[in-house]
Amino acid sequence: MPKPIKEIDILWITAGLGCDGDTIAITAATQPSLEDILMGGIPGIPKVNFHNPFLAYENGAEFVAFFERAAEGQIEPFILVIEGSIPNEEIKSEGYWAAFGTNSDTGQPITTNEWIDRLAPKAWAVVAAGTCATYGGIHAMAGNPTGAMGLADYLGWAWKSKAGIPIVCVPGCPVQPDNFMETLLYLLFQSTGRAPMIPLDEALRPTWLFGQTVHEGCDRGGYYEQAEFDEQYGSRKCIVKLGCWGPVVQCNVGKRGWMGGIGGCPNVGGICIGCTMPGFPDKFMPFMNQPPGSLLSSHAVMTYGRAIHALRRFTQASLNKEPSWRKPGPELTSGYSE
Amino acid sequence: MSTQTITAAPAKPRTLVDMNWDPITRIVGSLGIYTKIDFANKEVAECYSTSSIFRGYSIFMKGKDPRDAHFITSRICGICGDNHATCAMYAQNMAFGIRPPNMAEWIVNLGEAAEYMFDHNIFQDNLVGVDFCEQMVKETNPGVWDKAQRTEAPHAKDHGYKTIADIMTALNPFTGEFYRETLQVSRYTREMFCLMEGRHVHPSTLYPGGVGTVPTVQLFTDYLVRLMRYVEFMKKVVPLHDDLFDFFYEALPGYEKVGQRRILLGCWGSFNDPYACDYKYENMNAWGNKMFVTPGVVVDGKLVTTDLVDINLGIRILLGSSYYDDWQNEPKFVDKDPLGNPVDQRHPWNQTTVPRPQKRDFNGNYTWVMSPRWYHEGEPGDKKYLALDTGGGPIARFWATALAGKVDIGYVKATGHSVKIYLPQTAMKPEVEFEWKIPKWSNAIERDRARTYFQAYAAACALYFCEQALKELHAGNTKTWTEFKVPDEAIGCGFHEAVRGVLSHHVVIREGKIANYHPYPPTPWNANPRDIYGTPGPYEDAVQNTPIFEENGPDKFKGIDIMRAVRSFDPCLPCGVHMYLGNGKVLETNHSPMFGMMK
Repeated sequence: MPKPIKEIDILWITAGLGCDGDTIAITAATQPSLEDILMGGIPGIPKVNFHNPFLAYENGAEFVAFFERAAEGQIEPFILVIEGSIPNEEIKSEGYWAAFGTNSDTGQPITTNEWIDRLAPKAWAVVAAGTCATYGGIHAMAGNPTGAMGLADYLGWAWKSKAGIPIVCVPGCPVQPDNFMETLLYLLFQSTGRAPMIPLDEALRPTWLFGQTVHEGCDRGGYYEQAEFDEQYGSRKCIVKLGCWGPVVQCNVGKRGWMGGIGGCPNVGGICIGCTMPGFPDKFMPFMNQPPGSLLSSHAVMTYGRAIHALRRFTQASLNKEPSWRKPGPELTSGYSE
Repeated sequence: MSTQTITAAPAKPRTLVDMNWDPITRIVGSLGIYTKIDFANKEVAECYSTSSIFRGYSIFMKGKDPRDAHFITSRICGICGDNHATCAMYAQNMAFGIRPPNMAEWIVNLGEAAEYMFDHNIFQDNLVGVDFCEQMVKETNPGVWDKAQRTEAPHAKDHGYKTIADIMTALNPFTGEFYRETLQVSRYTREMFCLMEGRHVHPSTLYPGGVGTVPTVQLFTDYLVRLMRYVEFMKKVVPLHDDLFDFFYEALPGYEKVGQRRILLGCWGSFNDPYACDYKYENMNAWGNKMFVTPGVVVDGKLVTTDLVDINLGIRILLGSSYYDDWQNEPKFVDKDPLGNPVDQRHPWNQTTVPRPQKRDFNGNYTWVMSPRWYHEGEPGDKKYLALDTGGGPIARFWATALAGKVDIGYVKATGHSVKIYLPQTAMKPEVEFEWKIPKWSNAIERDRARTYFQAYAAACALYFCEQALKELHAGNTKTWTEFKVPDEAIGCGFHEAVRGVLSHHVVIREGKIANYHPYPPTPWNANPRDIYGTPGPYEDAVQNTPIFEENGPDKFKGIDIMRAVRSFDPCLPCGVHMYLGNGKVLETNHSPMFGMMK
């Protein structure tokens, strides 16, 4: 059993090919919030020093210094968070696709890939935040010029940190705010010996967050069962025929909502476009077509669903009537007898 | 960091010191600012703005289904992606020839209003605010901190902070009370957003033709109660910022020069009026002028146009210092617009771009950002290509809206020289009227001040949109989507205001697929480098000749005045670095190195 960690730095690089949407997302989290983690609001976790460019007090070289020091082994231990997809810098002769800070010797930008090469071997854990960093995402779409990929493609799917932790992938485009902060909290508990090795599935996702499909938690699933499918956007029924991939996509947003239980995807009328999946986006496009697989299943449920729905409406009609004895008048008909 | 000596004109002999900040933090994305500072004369002599990420949206969007455009382009930006999704939807509506039901437009307006409320709020007080916080002011201008402790806040009774120093302390990151409050406000405003558009920041419920959001009494009630909390919050925030910003003018005479540049502002308009907007290009001037933020170009304080057709046709994308090949000799996609006006080869509809990664060279090409300009006949020669800026959004929106004098919806009113914002009574505070007045300068402080006022403006507009949506709901008009068919051949454009300024999307559809797609968000307008004519981009221009008020010398220099100048534009670099369409053809690149000071 390794010694519990008392203080840890989080070094967050947003300079992959991304949009910073995952950093923005975590500022929305409340379970736990950033303040909960950074201000010691949760018992049993180490003191956390957080280095993310969006929220940093420092600027330029003063900010990059944390990363330089970590790469030189002077910050120990640390969690490395990568946001954005990893470009392929080998496919061109010079220049850069993605960079962070400047090399003081050459005056040229330091590529994001170089930072990953230098920092990953020294990290206690490496976390990929959002679908770009986990699996490549939008910027790795067919026809992309940068050769973008996910962190596991870059470091290797079997890669483990020096503490024996695989790459922790928290996908989502962007990541659902609480999903990320909850995963981070788990790792912090693990760092103090209060939680066992983080359980991850074959795509390196935390199993407790990504073990169910959207459909299994969707509050419109009942409409599917009754074969009530929308043909137009904007009503309350199941939207699988309008392009929703919820039945096969592993994600908890249909149930958890987006933030504070509000919003989401199919639960609020937005088709699931599969943004937590390694096959995103190409395998889900064009997004607004009905998923081919659901042609069969939504057809198969028709006879059963319609019959069930009819029977339920019959029962429902009866349940919508009060029992006959609730009425004024001199006579009591409730069945009471002295 | 190297030091070199160069001689030039001003008062004391110039000794220029290279000072660089890369990355600039507390913004979205990757921006580097490279300057030469004249410490003897206390000013910035030269500034170069560079961006360090390339993604290639316009390249990988080619050949994709045009219905996917809003889902894809949302991913351009992680803080205002929904602005892209909305703008893409506007362009889709035009290209597909559809008009969404009124209810859908009110829902989109409510979502976008929440985005402004959230995004300006978190940027102003969790990012910009840190440049004005106790810790920063103590480290850069101890003299100002001393004065702040002795200066009573004129609006203390409205916001509760007795002195200016108390405001600064409240802005300290995480430990500051107001800092933490705004972080929390950024959350419930995002909940408001999610009610309308599903998810922040990449919406799930927007579609060409309308929205998937189900309009219910609950939906609008949940929005309204949060909105009223925000309205109450604004009654404290506007006077708080007025006190803080006015104090800087008073404490540091000459501070109006920080980040100042010529008044060259663009606003592409925001919040469509469903009664006016049919998305037809031919009617774009008419419905553009009905927007609840008026589109316009302001040159030297004069309103040049409010016509979206003029605005559209004037856009030019120049190279000069960017890592791309030119497309001057490439085939045109759009020769004439639907009104028969000629469309320039350098217009986004006709852009063909080949990325060319290369070494960074401040004497040559040094950034992934191109140089958007707005062509204005009224200027002489090369000066016709105006380097408009957005001032981070609000200052340009207010300036155009105020001068145009068209908006009048009860809660907000454009007067011709100002914009009035009326906020009704809330649980703890009486009704309030704020008035944003056209300032004397386009500078850092006024950009920041306008941001605060625009938060109140967005909230006031949302009150109106909420009433309109409820009217539709009560009348039983709950349809939110119009059916459509994707045409084989079409063009479209969308105009919107992203949080930090002008946003346009241009699409060309051929054989039912995307043949060309070019989004132009605010940051390319602001963060661009010297163009082919040697005209610097707005950040460069605003920082150059900025006086230095920081008390630290070169050894401990934080560049706080430069940071305030740059952040006043609300940089958002993911937006700056995605507009390219390549076909792999190699062309000669023309660029003229422009180093005005160096002889």
